[in-house]
Amino acid sequence: MMSRIWTSLIILSLICSVLTGRINRLSVSVIDGAKAGVDLCLSIGGMVLLWCGVMEVMKRSGLTGLLSRVLEPVIGLLFPAAKKSRAVTGDLSANVSANLLGLGNAATPAGLRAAQGLQRLGDKPYATDELCMLVVINTASLQLIPTTIAAVRASCGAQSPYDIMPAVWFASAISQACGILAAVLFSKLYGIKRRKA
Amino acid sequence: MNTLSQLIVPAVICFVSLYGVIKKVDVYGALIDGALDGLKILHKILPALVALLTSVYMLRASGAMDILCGLVSPLSAVLGIPPECAPMALIRPLSGSAALAAGSEIIRSFGPDSLEGRIAAVMLGSSETTFYVIAVYFGAIKINKTRYAIPAALIADIAGYFGSALAVRMFFGQ
Repeated sequence: MMSRIWTSLIILSLICSVLTGRINRLSVSVIDGAKAGVDLCLSIGGMVLLWCGVMEVMKRSGLTGLLSRVLEPVIGLLFPAAKKSRAVTGDLSANVSANLLGLGNAATPAGLRAAQGLQRLGDKPYATDELCMLVVINTASLQLIPTTIAAVRASCGAQSPYDIMPAVWFASAISQACGILAAVLFSKLYGIKRRKA
Repeated sequence: MNTLSQLIVPAVICFVSLYGVIKKVDVYGALIDGALDGLKILHKILPALVALLTSVYMLRASGAMDILCGLVSPLSAVLGIPPECAPMALIRPLSGSAALAAGSEIIRSFGPDSLEGRIAAVMLGSSETTFYVIAVYFGAIKINKTRYAIPAALIADIAGYFGSALAVRMFFGQ
């Protein structure tokens, strides 16, 4: 997939530069672009490392577990079928809390365990409503502190790199709300179709 | 709001360390171990960022980016996002590093405190690599009938882009 996208971007650039007479600029851009890749990685590197360290402290001190317990009632609302199993509810709230804190590495294993548990509870050959909800929540962002983006902004000389946070929360909330609403609506539609059949 | 957002990161680091010390966790050891994990992430994304930023720079230098932005501008106008951010929005569900490469280039060239730079940053911060997540989850439990998961996830993405543009205009009055 990415191979095709990348190759077509390169071909497109080459053709376009020939047509617009910018071949010279194109050859310089190859050097600049490769350098920019390394620069970007180095400029956000410090923040990525530091934040991963802080998140490890959160994990070991039990802060993530604490947040996960606080979230359990909300999980019950979104995943009514999960109430049957304490373990699944626990995995679900671990997944959501790890996402909130930006712990991608911890969120995925918990999420996958929860997905397996949900599928076992439903015991269907297709994705149950709960599984769809879990996937939709995970595809829309939940992260509270956008550290990587703030690091990019800081490296470009932003006045205060974190000032976008309220805007990020607002956009994430809209995204989550629409995703959840869409999932609920679609599940109702599917329910009607099945009853007719 | 501004002072609060500047305070939040130092305050979180301080609180987490203090909580760790109270809970008798080896805070410094955990920090170093975690940072090592961060190094692994960097190690993984550096080659991708080099490849992708090269293609982004080539697209810009050749003028192809302008044509691309022109093509998708009616689409982006509906959502209220600047046309320059539209190619990034298209690649975001497929590849996180490609979107980071495209977004950081917007932030660098327009400036981090410009309307375009801020919207690109908020869009990146409020979205996920949708198709990657879907592939991982459904692949792991071997479910092929995804029913409405993909359309619902894409609706969430589009709503997030719309929300990003709206939020930046609301909070920064730009």
